[in-house]
Amino acid sequence: MALATVPPTRVKRFSANPFIAFYQSSIGKKIIVAVSGLYLIFFVTGHLLGNLEIYLGQDHLNAYANLLQQLGPILWAERIILLSAVVVHIVATIQLTIENQAAKPKKYAVSKPQSSTLASRTMIYTGLLVICFVVYHLLQFTLMWTNPEYRNLHDELGRHDVYHMVILGFRQPLISLFYAAAIFFLATHLSHGFESVTQTLGINNRRIGRFISNGGRWLSWLIFAGYVSIPITILLGLIK
Amino acid sequence: MNFKLKIWRQPNQKTAGEFHDYAASNIPAEASFLEMLDIVNEGLAEGNEDPIAFDSDCREGICGMCSLVINGIPHGPGKAKTTCQLYMRRFQDGDTIWIEPFRAAPFPVVKDLVVDRSAFDRIIESGGYITARTGSAPEANSVPIGKPIADLAMEAAACIGCGACVAACPNSSAMLFVGAKVSHLGLLPQGQPERKSRAHNMVRAMDELGFGNCTNHYECEAVCPAEINRTFISRLNREYRKAAVREAVAVTVDE
Ligand code: HEM
Ligand code: SF4
Ligand code: FES
Repeated sequence: MALATVPPTRVKRFSANPFIAFYQSSIGKKIIVAVSGLYLIFFVTGHLLGNLEIYLGQDHLNAYANLLQQLGPILWAERIILLSAVVVHIVATIQLTIENQAAKPKKYAVSKPQSSTLASRTMIYTGLLVICFVVYHLLQFTLMWTNPEYRNLHDELGRHDVYHMVILGFRQPLISLFYAAAIFFLATHLSHGFESVTQTLGINNRRIGRFISNGGRWLSWLIFAGYVSIPITILLGLIK
Repeated sequence: MNFKLKIWRQPNQKTAGEFHDYAASNIPAEASFLEMLDIVNEGLAEGNEDPIAFDSDCREGICGMCSLVINGIPHGPGKAKTTCQLYMRRFQDGDTIWIEPFRAAPFPVVKDLVVDRSAFDRIIESGGYITARTGSAPEANSVPIGKPIADLAMEAAACIGCGACVAACPNSSAMLFVGAKVSHLGLLPQGQPERKSRAHNMVRAMDELGFGNCTNHYECEAVCPAEINRTFISRLNREYRKAAVREAVAVTVDE
């Protein structure tokens, strides 16, 4: 099987603490990426369902936004979990990427991918693009630093007028374009991510494999369509 | 048939290598890829040049010794076969063929196209065995194994340890190889005594040796001569997850 010259070097050492060792291991880190990724999928889906309330009218969306604000400690708990998931996901995937590049120091002169996809090969880039967008998105709609005038929007009931804030935001074509591009990268990320989670968590098998990978791709582009429909309908003047 | 070859030449592990051009002339279409290289080497030897070093042994697809990345694909174009089972009739007359060694940090180049794959032996030593006493095999029918389990174990056992999976993987991950070993031994009753520690120990050896992390590209499955299925990686992930939970709740992992 092998021709031995010098004994292969051990490039990695493990901690005696089982929890640290789990994180140091390849599969351990991947399980953490998968679990945090799954949490982010739930968030992205829930957030979309909330946003789609814009189609039910001003009252509905503002009431929903108001309700979230009223949750107080629950909202903060959710935000803390979400932030931890994002941090863990990013730190672990950057470490995985660095290790993976070290494991392939010399690339082939001719490369002919047989089954990987553009999506699977660009996970780190689509991920980093998404997080750049998220920062801007928070500055715009949550913290309202980029547009302090949004703070003065209120509806008849005195609630923050999220409905009009979103419409004002997306009426600017460049903002809408930027948003659509970010959602495109998110969907690309998820088109590999969905299936990947089932494999990493060891629940993939021959019976469900094809269903999961196709289903995951469909769900990703459904999420894309859902999010992107909002700026499109606003730009077309269907929601005012 | 005639071919233009671009072959990686590297005198040893320490010295940098580069591609050299060779012409392969008058090659019979029924020659295997390795026989084509033999013919080229004969020409080199006649001209007192250093022949191209490459690995091979059985030349019938069972030993896992041959390697090579041919036009960007480990074991060359076509499914479910090794380089020794690749025939020149698959190429067009006049083709340019790029021949590179398997590339991965844990598989250093020894010379030209020969790489050191003993890192796989280190992984096997860490858990790819069973502790049955030799010379006292039980009567075959006294250990019943269901047909579906026997078939699945046999499928995993088809891995010939060639390392093409690592060569094909952009991350040099050895998960398909380890997944095949952990599944083949873990599915059978003979492999049960070490089952709890096997995945844990083999994954640790694989990580320590510098193989990369699987990101589910499945390039390995596409080039594997034994057609080891990706779901054996899923099975390995499952075994590892269970072992990690057991370790975390301090149920001893037997060595
Ligand atoms: C809303 C945001 C995000 C969602 C929903 C998400 C979701 C996912 C999912 C489900 C996976 C598959 C996990 C697995 O392999 O089992 C994944 C993998 C990955 N994510 Fe994200 N992710 C997000 C943001 C990010 C960000 C900000 C980065 C930037 C560093 C990132 C980088 C990666 C990388 C590199 C992988 C591949 C890891 C691997 O296959 O081992 N992701 N993501
Ligand atoms: S899994 Fe396939 S490609 Fe990998 S070592 Fe075994 S036979 Fe070779
Ligand atoms: S030389 Fe034995 S498998 Fe190719």
